[in-house]
Amino acid sequence: MTETSTTHSHHDPTMPPAAVSSDAVLSFDHVSMTFPDGTHAVDDVSFSVRPGEFVTVVGPSGCGKSTLLRVAAGLEHETAGSVAVNRSELGYVFQDATLLQWRTVRRNVALFAELDGMARPERERRVDEKLSLVNLDGFADKYPRQLSGGMRMRASLARSLVMDPLIFLFDEPFGALDQITRERLNSELLELFARQGFGALFITHSIAEAVFLSTRVLVMSARPGRIVAAFDVPFAPSRSPELRFDPQFAELSGEVSQALRGAHS
Amino acid sequence: MSDLVEAQAVAAGADAATAPALDPDTAAPTPRRRGRELVDLVGPALAFCVFVGFWYVMHYWALRAIWDKPDFLVPPPHTVINEAFVDTERLTEMLRATRFTAYISLIGLGIAILVGTILAVAMAQARWLERSAWPYLVALQAIPVIALTPLIGSIWGTGPVGRIVVCVLIAMFPIVANTLFGLLSADRGQHDLFTLRNASRSTRMFRLQFPAALPAIFAGYRIAAGLSVIGAIVGELFFRRGEKGIGILLADYRSQNQVPEAYGAMILTAALGIALFVAFGWLAQLIVGKWHESTRKTG
Repeated sequence: MTETSTTHSHHDPTMPPAAVSSDAVLSFDHVSMTFPDGTHAVDDVSFSVRPGEFVTVVGPSGCGKSTLLRVAAGLEHETAGSVAVNRSELGYVFQDATLLQWRTVRRNVALFAELDGMARPERERRVDEKLSLVNLDGFADKYPRQLSGGMRMRASLARSLVMDPLIFLFDEPFGALDQITRERLNSELLELFARQGFGALFITHSIAEAVFLSTRVLVMSARPGRIVAAFDVPFAPSRSPELRFDPQFAELSGEVSQALRGAHS
Repeated sequence: MSDLVEAQAVAAGADAATAPALDPDTAAPTPRRRGRELVDLVGPALAFCVFVGFWYVMHYWALRAIWDKPDFLVPPPHTVINEAFVDTERLTEMLRATRFTAYISLIGLGIAILVGTILAVAMAQARWLERSAWPYLVALQAIPVIALTPLIGSIWGTGPVGRIVVCVLIAMFPIVANTLFGLLSADRGQHDLFTLRNASRSTRMFRLQFPAALPAIFAGYRIAAGLSVIGAIVGELFFRRGEKGIGILLADYRSQNQVPEAYGAMILTAALGIALFVAFGWLAQLIVGKWHESTRKTG
C-alpha cells in the first residue's frame, strides 16, 4: 500500500536525505512509537520542518497524528528513531484551548513565560504585544468562560507566541469551531505565520484547511501511522479566502483526498 | 353565560399581551424574570408555612390522636419563642453558651482544615501515602464518633481540648476526601502545559492542581463546617461537664423537663450550623465565583 500510494505524490517522503536537513527546526528520523499497551501508533516516520515552512499532516481518525505531535513536544517518547527539536523554542496549541479557568486571559497568556521564569517587565511587554497581535486587547481581564470558542483559541495561540517559538505545533486547533470562525482564524494564522516566520506542524481532518494553510501537506495512513504521500503546495505565502475557489486549489485538494482515501483502506 | 364568554375573551387578550414578553430575546429583564424572582420567594415562604403548620398539627392533634402521647413533647412554636427567646435572661444564657460552642467548633474546624488539607496535598503527591492512609480515613469516617467520645474524654478531658478533638475527628474526612479528589482531577491537557515547560512538582501543585481543586475544596469545607458543630454538640452532650456550651444547656433543660427551652436550644444549634454553612458558601463565592461556572448560591 505504501509503495503504490507514494507513486501519485509529488515527491517521495521516504527518502531520508532530502527530508532530514541541517537547518530544520524539527525533524523526525525513522520515528516509531508504540504505547505500553501495545498500540502501535506511529511507524517509521521521517520528515523535517524548516523555518518558514508550514507542514500539515492529514489522516484518518486515530491514525497517530496527535501522537506524532506529542512525541515532537516530548509529551510522549519515541520507541525507535529520533526527533531533533529545540523544545525551549517550541509552541503548542492543543485541540481544546486548555486555558486555566481561574486565570484571566492576560495571566493565561503569561503562563509559559511565567513557568520559564521570564522576568516580569519583559513578560508583561510580550504579553501585551501578543494580545494585540491576536486581537484580544479588550479581553485581557476576562476569564475563559466569558470568551467564545474562537477567542479562547486566540488566547491559546498568544500563550505560545509569547515564547517567540521557532517551531509551532498545532493539534487540530480549529476542529471544534464553526465554519466562519474557522476560516477567519485560518487567515489570521497565515498572517501570523508570514509575520513571525516560525516553522509549523499542523494536524487537521480538513483537507481544505490543510491545502489553504500549508506549504506542504503530508498524508498519514491508518494505524500504525506512516507518511504515505506528500504534496507541495505551490500558492504564494499571502493567500486570500477566495483561493478556496481557485481551480488549482480544487485540483490539489482532490489529489490529497484521493491519497487520503487510499490511506484509509 | 355571556359573562363567561367575556371572561374568556379577556383571558385570551391577556395571553396575547403577555406572549411577546415570554420571548427571552425581546423582553430581557422584564416580567418573566420578575416572575421567577417571585417564585424564588414564594417557594421558601410556602415551605416555611407548611413546616410551622406541621409543627402545630403535631402539638394540637397528631401526638395525642395518632401516637397517644402527651402534647408537651412538642410544644407549639409560640410557646418555644416565649419561653426561650423572649425572656432576656434565658436568651443571654443560651447565646453565651452558643458562642462557646461556636468557638470550640471553629477551632476544631480550623485544625481539621489545616491538617486535612496538608494530608490531602501529601497524598496527592505520593501514591504510596494515599494508598496507606486512605483505609484509616475511611475507618475513621465509618466508626460513629459517639463510640470514640468516652475514650477521648478519658484521654484529653471533658473540657475544650477533648471537645475540639471530637470536632477534628468528625470534620476531617470530607476535607481530605474532597481536597484529594479535587487535586487529582485537574485536566490532562492542562497537565500537558506544565509538562511542556518542565514544571517542577511543587509548581504543578500550586499553580495547577490546587487552584483547579478550589471548588471541590470549598465544597468539602462547607460539609465539614456543619459536621464540626455536630462534633462540638456531641462532645458536650456526652461529657455534660465543664464550660457550658449549648449542648450542655440542652441536656440540662431536657433533664429538668424544660421542653420549650430545650427546643430553643436546638434551634440555636441549627442556626449555628447554618451560619457556618452559609459563611463557607459565601467565602467560596468570593474566591472561586468569578471563574467557576457552577458556583451558585445555595446557602
